[in-house]
Amino acid sequence: MSLGIEVDMSSPLMYGTPSSRVEGTPRSGVGGTPARQRPDLGSIRKAPQVDLHSDADGAVASEQALGQKLVIWGTDVNVGTCKEKFQRFLQRFIDPTSNEDENAGLDLNEPLYMQKLEEISVVGEPVLNVNCSHVQSFDADLYRQLISYPQEVIPTFDMAVNELFFERFPDSILEHQIQVRPYNALKTRNMRSLNPEDIDQMITISGMVIRTSQLIPEMQEAFFQCQVCAFSTRVEVDRGRIAEPAVCRNCNTTHSLALIHNRSAFSDKQMIKVQESPDDMPAGQTPHTTIVYAHNDLVDKVQPGDRINITGIYRAVPMRENPRQSNVKSVYKTHIDVIHFRKTDEKRLHGLDEDSDQKLFTEERVQILKELASKPDVYDRLSSALAPSIYEHEDIKKGILLQLFGGTRKDFSQTGRGNFRAEVNILLCGDPGTSKSQLLQYVFNLVPRGQYTSGKGSSAVGLTAYVMKDPETKQLVLQTGALVLSDNGICCIDEFDKMSDSTRSVLHEVMEQQTLSIAKAGIICQLNARTSVLAAANPVESQWNPKKTTIENIQLPHTLLSRFDLIFLMLDPQDEAYDRRLAHHLVALYYQSEEQIEEEFLDMAVLKDYIAYARTYINPRLNEEASQALIEAYVDMRKIGSGRGMVSAYPRQLESLIRLAEAHAKVRFSDKVETIDVEEAKRLQREALKQSATDPRTGFVDISILTTGMSATARKRKEEVAQALKKMIQSKGKTPAMKYQQLFDDLRGQSEAAITKDMFEEALRALADEDYLTVTGKTVRLL
Amino acid sequence: MPSSHDWINKPLGVVEAMFAQSNSNPEWEAKVLEYFKGQLKEKESHSWVPSLNDVPLHYLKPNSLVKFRCLVQDMFDPEFYMGVYETVDPSTKANVLRCGKYKDVTECGVDLNSRNTVTAERQTFYCVPIPGESPWAKEISFLSAARVVPSTSYVPSRQKRSYEEDDDDMDTQPQKQREPHTETPQIQPHGNGDSKRQETEAPSSQTTTPSDCSSHLDLNFPLPGERGPACLVKVYEGLDSFKLNDTLEIYGILSVNPVLTVLGEENMETPEEQRAHDPPASLVPRLHMLYARPLQHNNPLLPSAPTEDQSAFVSSFLVEMASVRAELLAYLTHVLLGDGLAAEYLLLHLISDVYTRRDVLPLGKFTLNLSGCPLNSYTERLYQIVQQLVPCSYRLSMSLHTMNSMRLVPKKDYVANRLVSGALQLARNTSLFLDETQLEQGQLDSSGVRNITALGNLISWQKVDYDFSYHQMEFPCNINVLVTSEGRSLLPSDCQVPLQPQVTPPNMEEYLTTIHMAQFTSQINKFRVYLSLARTLDYSISDEVTKAVEDDFVDMRKDDPQSVTAEDLHRMLVVARLLSLSLGQTTLSRDGWMRAKHIDMLRRSRTEQQKSLNGNEP
Repeated sequence: MSLGIEVDMSSPLMYGTPSSRVEGTPRSGVGGTPARQRPDLGSIRKAPQVDLHSDADGAVASEQALGQKLVIWGTDVNVGTCKEKFQRFLQRFIDPTSNEDENAGLDLNEPLYMQKLEEISVVGEPVLNVNCSHVQSFDADLYRQLISYPQEVIPTFDMAVNELFFERFPDSILEHQIQVRPYNALKTRNMRSLNPEDIDQMITISGMVIRTSQLIPEMQEAFFQCQVCAFSTRVEVDRGRIAEPAVCRNCNTTHSLALIHNRSAFSDKQMIKVQESPDDMPAGQTPHTTIVYAHNDLVDKVQPGDRINITGIYRAVPMRENPRQSNVKSVYKTHIDVIHFRKTDEKRLHGLDEDSDQKLFTEERVQILKELASKPDVYDRLSSALAPSIYEHEDIKKGILLQLFGGTRKDFSQTGRGNFRAEVNILLCGDPGTSKSQLLQYVFNLVPRGQYTSGKGSSAVGLTAYVMKDPETKQLVLQTGALVLSDNGICCIDEFDKMSDSTRSVLHEVMEQQTLSIAKAGIICQLNARTSVLAAANPVESQWNPKKTTIENIQLPHTLLSRFDLIFLMLDPQDEAYDRRLAHHLVALYYQSEEQIEEEFLDMAVLKDYIAYARTYINPRLNEEASQALIEAYVDMRKIGSGRGMVSAYPRQLESLIRLAEAHAKVRFSDKVETIDVEEAKRLQREALKQSATDPRTGFVDISILTTGMSATARKRKEEVAQALKKMIQSKGKTPAMKYQQLFDDLRGQSEAAITKDMFEEALRALADEDYLTVTGKTVRLL
Repeated sequence: MPSSHDWINKPLGVVEAMFAQSNSNPEWEAKVLEYFKGQLKEKESHSWVPSLNDVPLHYLKPNSLVKFRCLVQDMFDPEFYMGVYETVDPSTKANVLRCGKYKDVTECGVDLNSRNTVTAERQTFYCVPIPGESPWAKEISFLSAARVVPSTSYVPSRQKRSYEEDDDDMDTQPQKQREPHTETPQIQPHGNGDSKRQETEAPSSQTTTPSDCSSHLDLNFPLPGERGPACLVKVYEGLDSFKLNDTLEIYGILSVNPVLTVLGEENMETPEEQRAHDPPASLVPRLHMLYARPLQHNNPLLPSAPTEDQSAFVSSFLVEMASVRAELLAYLTHVLLGDGLAAEYLLLHLISDVYTRRDVLPLGKFTLNLSGCPLNSYTERLYQIVQQLVPCSYRLSMSLHTMNSMRLVPKKDYVANRLVSGALQLARNTSLFLDETQLEQGQLDSSGVRNITALGNLISWQKVDYDFSYHQMEFPCNINVLVTSEGRSLLPSDCQVPLQPQVTPPNMEEYLTTIHMAQFTSQINKFRVYLSLARTLDYSISDEVTKAVEDDFVDMRKDDPQSVTAEDLHRMLVVARLLSLSLGQTTLSRDGWMRAKHIDMLRRSRTEQQKSLNGNEP
C-alpha cells in the first residue's frame, strides 16, 4: 500500500487494515518489493481492531498478550495468531496422497507449500495458490475464518507468506509481493444455492463463461494537483468513491485541486458473465447467471465458452441512493469478486479424473452404487434398465451399456503410437421403425456430454468445427461442432447412411485417432474428440435384404465400418412368441402407472451416477489370465479363417475385444479385467459378427465383409470366374476381337454356376487389369 | 358490493398489518399467504379480482390485488432485496422497522448500515398472456368476469374505487384517463381478437421485426402479432415448483411505480439488458405474487380447478358426451367436405394429450397429417373452424419465406440476458396447425433446415431444444400438431389420413361459412367443453382386454408380418384410447378395441389406395 504508514504492529491504537501494514513491518525484510493492491478483496474497509478486554491493564500487558486480544472489528480474527497459524500451515502441510496436477513434480513427502515458494523464487510469478481443503484438514478454525472473513484473512495470509518467503529467499526479486489465492472453498458448489447468507463470504462455484467485457480501467488512487501552487496529493478510492479535497493543504485555496488522470493509479477490471452448467439445473427451468469481476492479472484469463470453477467473494451492493429521490429500489446488485479461476476443461488434457467430480457423490450414494455393483447380476440389471421402453434387443443394450462405460485410456505416446482409443463405437442397422432412433435419443439423454445429430441435417462443418468472425471484434473464433462438443461423451448420429461423403470422411480420423484436424481461414489446429460414436443406419432399400451382406445393404464404405467395434442388426424377428411378448410390453407401457414401472426398473438417475462413478474411479487393467484368454481368443479367430484360406480376424478385432472386456470389468467395479470379462466380450463380439458379418451365400461369419467390403468366398468366386473366362478365351485360339454379348453367352453356357452380368463384367475388369485384354464398347480385344 | 374488500384494494395494508403484529417472528410470511389463499377460496371471490388480461393497465389501481392468466416465458436471475429494513425519520430521529416484501421501492430515509436489515431472495419471471389464446376464450372470460359484479357495470365501479384511494397514495397515476371511456374495456377484447386473427392470417412478413407491433419495446411474445400486457412477476415462495412455459393464474400486487424506470444508476448491465429486465413499468407492470394457480387448461367454459365443482360438472356432462360427440362429428364431417373418416380422426386428434412419458418416449401424442387438402384458402378456413373449437391455437403457414426467416426455437440472447421467444414456445395442449399446402419448391437455407428439424423433433419427441448458444437445452412440451398437405407431409406424423371429399362445393368460402353460421353459439360452446373435458378423463385397460389385444396382435402378425409392426400397435393403442375417451368411456372395452382396429384399417386401405394411384410414391 502506497500510504505506507509506519506503525507499530503491537500498538493497541492501531487502525487500518492488515494489508496496509505489510510494507511497514520493519522486521519482515519485505521492504524492497512493492506491494500490489488487491482489488479482488474489495474496497478496503476502514475497520479498526478492537481490543476485547480494553481496560486499564492493557497498557502494562506484554506485547504477546495484547496481540492475542486484538481482533479486527466485526470479526473474530486476530492478525497475529492468524498469521502464525498460516505460516505454520505453509511450513508443515504435507499431503502424500495428492493427485492434483498442480503438484506434479513435487515431492509429496515434503511440505507442499514450501516447495511452491521455492518454485516462486525460481519462476518469479508471485502468486501462491492454496487449496482450501488443505487448510481445512490442517486447521479447521483457520479455514472457517478464511471462509467467513476472506477480506480480512487473505491480506493476513499475504503478509505471512511474504515474511516467510523473504526470510528464506532474501535475494529474490519479484515484480510485487506474493499474493495468496485460495481455491476450492467447499462452501458452495452450485450457483443456484447461493443465498443471502453467502454475502461477503468466500465461495467456489462452477459454471460456464458466456460473456466477457472489455477491459475496464478502475481508479485505485486519484492524483490531484493544485492549479495555484502545483502542490500534489493522492487520495485513495474508498468504496468506489473518491473524496475530492476541497482545500489545498499547501496554499489554502479552495476548490483548486484538479484530477490528473495520467498520474492516477488504475487497475484492470473485467466483467465476466457466468452461467450455471447445464448439469446443475433442475429440468424445465432456465439457467441462472452471475456477474463476476476479474481484477489485474486475472483479466482475460477466461474466454466465453470455458467451463470454470470460480473462487471469490460474493458481494451484494445496495442500489446507490439517488439524492434526487426520496425512496430507493429495494434490490441489491450481486456479483463475485474473483480470487481464483480454475478451468475445468483444461484438465481434460491430463485425463478424466476431475476433482470437481469427486465431490459429486455423497458417501451414501457411493454405498448404494457399490452395493449394486456387488450384485452378481448387475450387468443384466443395468442393461435392462437401459431404455426400458424399448423391447428386448438384449445384446444391443448390453453393447451400448459397455459403450457407456468405455475402455481404459492408455497412453502410448512414448512409444510413438499416440493415444490408444478407449471409446467403443457402435453401429445399429436395420429396418426403419425398429426404434433405433429411440435408443439413440435415450443414450443422448443419459450421458452428460451427449450430442445428437442426424446424418441428413448435419454437414462436415456442423460435426467438426467452423470458423466465425466475431462481428464486434473482427476476431476469428473457432466454433466447435457436435464431435468436439461430445469429447468424453457420446455422439449419437442418426441416419448415418444419409450423410454426405465429405462429412463421413471426417469421421475416419475421429473414430480411430480421436482427434480432429482443422485447417480453415488461417486457423490450423488439432482438437480432441475422444468421443464414442453411436450411429444408426437404414438399409438402402426400404427393407433389409437378408440375401445381401451388411455392406451391400447399407452402402457404407468398409473403411468406416471397420472402425465400429460392434455392428448390430435390429431386425423384426417375426416369430409368434416374440410378437406376444412385444404386444404385452407395449400394452403395459400404455396403461401401467408410473410407480409400477419404477419398481421394475432401475432409476435413470442411479444408472447415470453408476456410469459416472465407474468412468471416474475404475480403471481396470488386464490380469495374467485375462491376457492369456484374449490371446487365445484372437488366435482362435485367426485359425477359423486360415482353415478356409482367409483372414478372419485383424488386430482391430483384438483391440475392440480388449476395450469391451475392460468396459465389462468397469460394470463390475473391478480393478482387474478377468476371464469372465473376456468371455462376455467374446460373446458379444461374436453375436454382433453373427448378425452383421455373416456371408449370406455361405452362412459363415466372415470378418472380411466388414474389413474389405467383400466376403472371402465372393472374392474367391470372382477369381474363379476370371480364370474360367481366360481359359475359355484361350481355348478359342487366335481371335483378336470378340463380341461382348457372345462372350457372355458362351461363358454362361460353359459354367455350371449361374453367372450374372455383374460377375462377367467383374471378370473382364480383372483380366483387363492383368493386361490380358481391353474392352472397348461392345468388343473385347486381346492384347 | 365486492369493492368494499380491503384485501383486494389494499393488500399491502393487510401485509403490513401482519408484519407489524409479528414482532419479527418469521411466521408472519406464511400467515399472509394463508390469508390470501383463504380469501380466494371463498365462493366466486376470485372473480372479484380484476384481471390484467381483461382490463387495460391504466384502469387498474396501483398496489391493488390483480390476477393474470399467463405463460412463464422467461425466468430471470434471483435477486436479493431488503426483506426488512429500518428507516430513520429525519425530524424525530426515530427508527422504524419496515417490511420490504411485495414492494419494489423502499420508504424514505433507509438506514443502509442498520444491523436489523434482513436480506431476502426473490426471483423474477417474465410472463406473457397465453400465446395463441383464441378470441372466443378471451371474450368469454372477460364477460364472465364482468358478469359477477352485480347491478352496476364493471368499469364505473373500478373507477370509483381508484378515485377514492388515489388521494391517500403518494404515487398517483396520471388522472386524465379516468374520463368517460366507460365502454372501452368491453370493446377491447373483441378488437384484440379480430386484429389478432388478421395478424396471424397475414403472411408473416413481419416476423423478422416483431418489435414493431407494440410500440418500440419488444415484449418478446412467442407468436408474431400477439398483443396484451407482459408482466414481470416477482416470486417469493416455492421457486422450484415453477417451470418455464407453465400456464398460471397469478394473484399478486400490482406495482407500476414510475420510480422503477427513472432510476438510471450507473450499471454493470448493457443497455439491452436493462431494457429487457427493467422496462418502463407503464408498459410492463410488476406483479408481486401472493398466490398462483397452475392452469390445466384455459377454457373459460370449464371450472378451472380440480375441485368438487369440477367432478360434479364432469359427471353431469358425461351423460351428454355421446350425443355431443355425434353432433360434433357431423359438424366436422361437413367441414371436411363430407369425409366421415377424416372427421373421426380429426376429432381424436383434437382430444389427444401427452399424458405421460416413458424415458424419452412421449405417450398419447397423436399428430395427424391430413393430406389431399384442396388448395385455395381451404386450409385457412379449416384453421378458423379449429380455432373456434379449441382455446389455444396457432396456424403456421409453412411457406419457404416463413420457414427461412421465422424464429421457431427460442434462443438465449446473452447480450440482453433473456430468452428470445420463438413460435414453438407454446402452452400445453395448444393446437399447432402446420399448413404445408403453402410450401413451394425452392431453397431452404440453414435456418430453414433448423426450423424443419425443430418441427420434426417436436412431432416425434414432443420436445423443443432451446438454443443456449453454447449448448442446447431440451424442454418437453405437449402440443397437438395438425399438418395439412397436398401429398404425404415431409414432416413425420403419427397418422396420415388422405382426405376424400364427397362433395365439391362450387364456392368453398360460401360452403364453409354456411356450415359455420348454421351452428348456434350454445352448440359450439358444448363442443368446446366436450373437447377440453374428454382430454382430462382418466383411462385404463383391464387385464382381460390386454390379453385380447395381445392375441389380436399375434394373429394379425401371423397372417402377414409385414403389414403390422410394433409401430402400428403403438398407434392403434393410442387410437383405441382416444376413441374410448371421446365416448366418455374410461376403460378400453373389447368393442372399443375392435372399433379402433376397424377405423385404422379403413384409413390404411385408403393410404394404400393412394399409393397405388400415385404409383411411385415411396
